[in-house]
Amino acid sequence: MFIPGNNPGMMQDAHVYAPDSIMLDLEDSVTLEEKDAARLLVYNALQSVDYGEIEMVVRINPLGSPYGHKDVQAAVKAGAHVIRMPKTETAEEVVELEKAIEQIETSLGCVGRTKIMAAIESAQGVMNAFAIATASKRMMGIALGAEDYCANLKTSRSKEGAELLYARQTIVVAARAAGIDALDTVYSDLNDMDSFRAELRLIKQLGFDGKSIINPRQIEIVNEIFAPTQKEIEKACAILAGIKEAQKRGSGVIAVDGKMVDRPVVMRAQRCIDLAIASGIITKEDVYE
Amino acid sequence: MEINTASAGTLESGDILVEIIPARQKGIEIILSSAVSHQFGKQIKQVIFQTLSELNVTDATVHATDKGALDCTIRARVTAAVCRATKTDVWK
Amino acid sequence: MNKIANRVKQIEAMAQKTGFPVYSEGKNPLVRGKIATPRKELQQASPKLVSLEEAIRQSGLKDGMTISFHHHFRSGDKVINMVVDKLAEMGFKHLHLAASSLIDVHEPLIAHIRNGIISRISTSGLRGALGAAISHGLMDEPVIFRSHGGRAAAIANGELHIDVAFLGAPSCDSLGNACGYAQGENVKSICGSLGYAKVDAQYADKVVIITDSLMPYPNTPNSISERDVDFVVEVDSIGDAAKISSGAIRDSKNPRDLLLAQTAAKVVINGGYFQNGFSIQTGTGGASLAVVKFIREKMIEKNIKASFALGGITTHMVKLHEEGLIERLIDVQSFDRGAAESLINNRMHKEVSANEYASALEIGSAVHWLDMVILSALEVDVNFNANVLVGSDGVIRGAIGGHPDTAADAALSIIVCPLLRGRIPCVVDEVTTLITPGTSVDVIVTDYGVAVNPNRPEIAERLKVAHVNVVQIHDLKEKARKIIGDADPLPFGERTVGIVMSRDGSVMDIVRNIKDK
Repeated sequence: MFIPGNNPGMMQDAHVYAPDSIMLDLEDSVTLEEKDAARLLVYNALQSVDYGEIEMVVRINPLGSPYGHKDVQAAVKAGAHVIRMPKTETAEEVVELEKAIEQIETSLGCVGRTKIMAAIESAQGVMNAFAIATASKRMMGIALGAEDYCANLKTSRSKEGAELLYARQTIVVAARAAGIDALDTVYSDLNDMDSFRAELRLIKQLGFDGKSIINPRQIEIVNEIFAPTQKEIEKACAILAGIKEAQKRGSGVIAVDGKMVDRPVVMRAQRCIDLAIASGIITKEDVYE
Repeated sequence: MEINTASAGTLESGDILVEIIPARQKGIEIILSSAVSHQFGKQIKQVIFQTLSELNVTDATVHATDKGALDCTIRARVTAAVCRATKTDVWK
Repeated sequence: MNKIANRVKQIEAMAQKTGFPVYSEGKNPLVRGKIATPRKELQQASPKLVSLEEAIRQSGLKDGMTISFHHHFRSGDKVINMVVDKLAEMGFKHLHLAASSLIDVHEPLIAHIRNGIISRISTSGLRGALGAAISHGLMDEPVIFRSHGGRAAAIANGELHIDVAFLGAPSCDSLGNACGYAQGENVKSICGSLGYAKVDAQYADKVVIITDSLMPYPNTPNSISERDVDFVVEVDSIGDAAKISSGAIRDSKNPRDLLLAQTAAKVVINGGYFQNGFSIQTGTGGASLAVVKFIREKMIEKNIKASFALGGITTHMVKLHEEGLIERLIDVQSFDRGAAESLINNRMHKEVSANEYASALEIGSAVHWLDMVILSALEVDVNFNANVLVGSDGVIRGAIGGHPDTAADAALSIIVCPLLRGRIPCVVDEVTTLITPGTSVDVIVTDYGVAVNPNRPEIAERLKVAHVNVVQIHDLKEKARKIIGDADPLPFGERTVGIVMSRDGSVMDIVRNIKDK
């Protein structure tokens, strides 16, 4: 969930809506005059507010701007889990960010703490998606930023999203190939929840791991669409129980309902259960007791 | 340290508007307006004072208009105001 | 022969035996002779129809007596200020003003209190400058605060004796048949139910109806019967129509309200009382209204219908009624225009007096038959006590309303409030002022989790099964403390400016004056 970095009211309680991840934004939602104040606000909030288990992301300004390196410093010092780099076009930019992070982490004695997410927002970025996704061991995900991308393509956004199809598929494939997450762009019309739903169904089908959102009201709908069905959960539980059983017997071969189960199926089952827990359909106790 | 007049923050709910002006006399003077001044006035002033001390500001007048800000926000706004007032940067 | 003249002796004998007088033409002043005036004209000459000053004079009002008002006109009310201005002009002193509630528009009372015209007040609440002035010690006598049910009971049992009631009515005929709207007629404003005023009309010694829409007789239906009315005063305006009944309160888009509402709806749906024929009352806050939306979806999905919705009725409830999801509406106060219009148009929308609504003394009062109520609060404490009257700054800024009545009598009472409002904690060690005792509060819904009164372990169990985030109330309080720090005590003085009455007529708490720093 995107939170403007200069809005303390929203920053203080964004976590009560229980998003998977909160992204405090220093880039587009902050005016040039307020960059310094927002950076301090984000820095102090990250250190003081109890965000619990939520993944905390800071979107920095481009490293080439007068603000980028200061943003990195503030985010790393404050202990953000992830730095989101905007408008990423090449693998070299990721490497530059990695170096900046590493330098600060070295001085703090916490090397390796901060992960990187790259936002791909241009045609060049899409063409380099795989290189970007594999540019650093800190890379945890790549995300599509559709507004800038559409401007770059010389088109505009439509409800159906035909103009984004290539970028979306490229990003999902690149992320999968690199073994990291693929995250979709925001949907900003809060008065059209039906189109938002349709877009969520599309990106889930394309293989995305999640969706960027701009308002807590969107959380429930994302969870609803991404949540596995009861049938899927039951099947997944049976598969995971089968593994446990097999491990007890010391057998590497698992069969559920007489069918052999191989590794991808187990991984999918685990992912289904994780999602079900994240969506609040079941609790950890339901699965692991 | 030379202090010019500068401010940071907004009057949005959960924020605090901090204005720093050159000291009229020696020391720190804090003028606070807040709906929760009965219960939290002392604490808010304490946070402002402490943040100023950490930034080595010894003489200044501070006008703070609080809209229910938490301590971390107060610290951030005071720091931003001081940086602007002294044209310094906490990020090297 | 069987002639009257022959029976005179026997008539006289029977009159003597039964103690009745003997009939004599024209002698009894109560039986008028033939009047030939067309009745339309005669209505205009109703002896009840007088000026405000004349009504006051004829009512026998004296210094020190009790006058009463209702608050059905909300912030559109002009009646209270108009009447008290007139009383001041006529030189009355030391009156006791007993209103069902007082709000921002009643600020001019401050001057009347200073000038000794009003020296005592009984009300459900105080707001704005009046509340602030009284909190700072404006009055010598403490204000008596009662809940809506508590006030109705106190009036019925004589604890609160009303000498003269001044009751504004959107429509009234010259005989005193008064109503909060008018069937088929155009009136200047409508307020819907006159539930609070009905009690005053029934029990006050003298009743003055003040209206700006004098209707031809008979004004039916009537909320208040001519039998209870002594005077009818026609004025230019009883209030601002747009403020008396506003448009439907807009659905909140505030994410926090929606989060609270969604959680509260889960509690309603899984608390054990959500079954066919259930009954419910909700408030008018953003979160309360949004709860209705979420419950509605579940009612349709599970094909569950409610037998009645109670209380302050809103357009939201009317919609569910018109969709067939709620059979009946029981209405002591119509909160918006949609609710007021529904009272005109829907047969199953019933107006009730505050006694029938929430009196603890009446076995038949509707709150006794209520399954669930959703309430808000300024603050709650670790013992589930609630405060809806005194703000975190120690200033009286709210109203008791039906809070303690519904909380005590409903099978499941739910309070919805955020953990923090800005830097103001809403879950504290001990409430600033005790209004609704914790024994009557079952569930507290916050944005940081749901606390269930330890008296109701079965509810906690049901909610846990439904994956509601059930937490300990002490943990909520600690959470708030961790975020905002420890609050310094409020600078209360030693004077008592308010007395909070329990609905059973005992003293629950007192409010002390607040000092400025």
